[in-house]
Amino acid sequence: MRRTQLIALTAMLALVVGVIFAVTWGALAGGASVAVVAGAGLGSSWFVRNRFRAWRYQERHEDLLVGRGVMVHRLSVVPYGRMQFIEVTAGPIERIFHLSTVKLHTAAAASDARIPGLERDESARLRDRLTELGESDAAGM
Amino acid sequence: MRADLAREVGWQRLHPLSPLTRIGRLVPVIAITVVLALAHQGGQDQSQVYVLIAIGAFTPIFGFVNWLVTRWKIEGDTLRIETGLIRRDSKRLPLARIQAVDVVRPLLARLLGVSELRVRLAGSGSADGRLAYLSESTALDLRQRLLSRSPTQAQAASPPESERAAAPEHVMAEVATGRLLGSVLFSGITVVLVTIALVLAVLAVVAPRAAAGVGGFLAVYILRFAGGLWRRLSNEFHFEAVEAPEGIRVRRGLLQTVSETIPYGRIQAVRKIEPLLWRPLGWCRLEVDIAGGARKSQRGEGSGVARKALLPVGSETDAWHLVDRLIGGATPAMTAPPRRARKKAPLSYHFLSAGHDDDHAVCVTGRLRRVTTWVPLEKAQSIRRVQGPVQRRLGLATVHVDAAGKATRAEFRDRSVAEADRLVEELADLSRVGRRQRAKPPIEHSPDLGAPIPSGWYPDPSGRHDLRYWRVGAWTEHVSDGSVTTVDEG
Repeated sequence: MRRTQLIALTAMLALVVGVIFAVTWGALAGGASVAVVAGAGLGSSWFVRNRFRAWRYQERHEDLLVGRGVMVHRLSVVPYGRMQFIEVTAGPIERIFHLSTVKLHTAAAASDARIPGLERDESARLRDRLTELGESDAAGM
Repeated sequence: MRADLAREVGWQRLHPLSPLTRIGRLVPVIAITVVLALAHQGGQDQSQVYVLIAIGAFTPIFGFVNWLVTRWKIEGDTLRIETGLIRRDSKRLPLARIQAVDVVRPLLARLLGVSELRVRLAGSGSADGRLAYLSESTALDLRQRLLSRSPTQAQAASPPESERAAAPEHVMAEVATGRLLGSVLFSGITVVLVTIALVLAVLAVVAPRAAAGVGGFLAVYILRFAGGLWRRLSNEFHFEAVEAPEGIRVRRGLLQTVSETIPYGRIQAVRKIEPLLWRPLGWCRLEVDIAGGARKSQRGEGSGVARKALLPVGSETDAWHLVDRLIGGATPAMTAPPRRARKKAPLSYHFLSAGHDDDHAVCVTGRLRRVTTWVPLEKAQSIRRVQGPVQRRLGLATVHVDAAGKATRAEFRDRSVAEADRLVEELADLSRVGRRQRAKPPIEHSPDLGAPIPSGWYPDPSGRHDLRYWRVGAWTEHVSDGSVTTVDEG
């Protein structure tokens, strides 16, 4: 999902920069600048792929585990009983690929339990299951 | 009991003096504005002044109408407040979810013998209830009823109002005026003010004109700092923390007096702060976090948390005594991070330590401002392990125990990876056990095991007395027979 965003962005940027450079300094400069931008795009696409691969989650008996991050590894353990509400969002690009993001909210701002890029069925299942577990386990404040 | 019921059916109004008290605060503002406007206009064009006077005349009418349409009552296990003439606002505050109750008396209200009652619930600030103003006795009575009342009690074992004994109290900490003054003098703000004054003095000798310019520029800041100092003084004047059966009661204030009650089971975190300047004197400050009562409405990201000073300044022993009473004196073995963490945090390494026992996570951080944080594990919202690139190279990781709020957490900073992994599992397990155990019911047929049993008088399980006080989490030694309250020595 992010990758598509990135490719679109890179293509657009390469076009704009290339045209500007080509007009001001000639075709060679234009070509070089396109190459640079495309290289940067490829590099960050590799980064995004790694980032995507690092994302993982596990439903355990009483809590949800969410891990992510390439540079900074993060792992959150969120007990079902502490969930305040669950948010399922799908942005325009996510919608094209039938994906959505599930986010768990607790009373603490820092607990970082977001699972992006889920298939729509999976996100619906997860949402329902988490709601159910949250209700049976609710612990109040 | 019957008389009490009859009273509950009807709605009640606020104190008749409330509009006066509310407007009283505005009078000086309006008067000053009118005088300024008059002086400015020089008596020529007075239309502005008339507008102001008209506003001044209408305010009491609005105040009176507002009083007329505001009413409240306790209905079963909710407190209902209705207000507003055009935009009717009806609030229902479930008593079981009350996080804290404050009684606030501004100067004018004190003179008129009325007080304001604020009820904090978990969630955003808009969920809070305010009753301004009630007569003093009504406010105190209502506070006790709000704090000692619960759905379980109302159905099963509510002792009649006449039998409900007055809450036994005992003073836990006081702050003498001298010490408060000292603490303000030895604070960062004062240091800044003194530095500014010194710089200005030096400048005045070297280059008087520049000094005048800089002084004018800084005047706003100086006034703000001084205002901050004054606010601290007036807010924390005559500070007193009292132990009441419903919770810790804090009384403070110079002009406006505030009496806050923090129920025992509602504390999300306790923090002890030792600024650099206070350390030679052995002073520290104690703050607690309670859910609810945030000013701004935040969308989703954590519900509001109010931070309250439990001890503005006090000795180590005072602080320890309070912590012990509040969350049961956690003294886990504190350990420092491995030596190689020094490479990552050369400055703060020597002060970093953390530990946990079965109930609490405790951590110490900071070099200049040393902060010790206690987070009850049963209150943990989530447990996180974070590892940055530098930490990965050194084989370190940080474990956070998040409590409700924006930045309330205990950090096990820069622990070795193996320890961090073990901690995540261990803390998650302990916090689960804590959540389970919390609802040990004082009455067997508790209808809702999910909610904690609130503090209150319940039938004595030992059978030796009529009632015994249950403080969220444990039975206390306070017992009651008929209307006589005693302390059970056995």
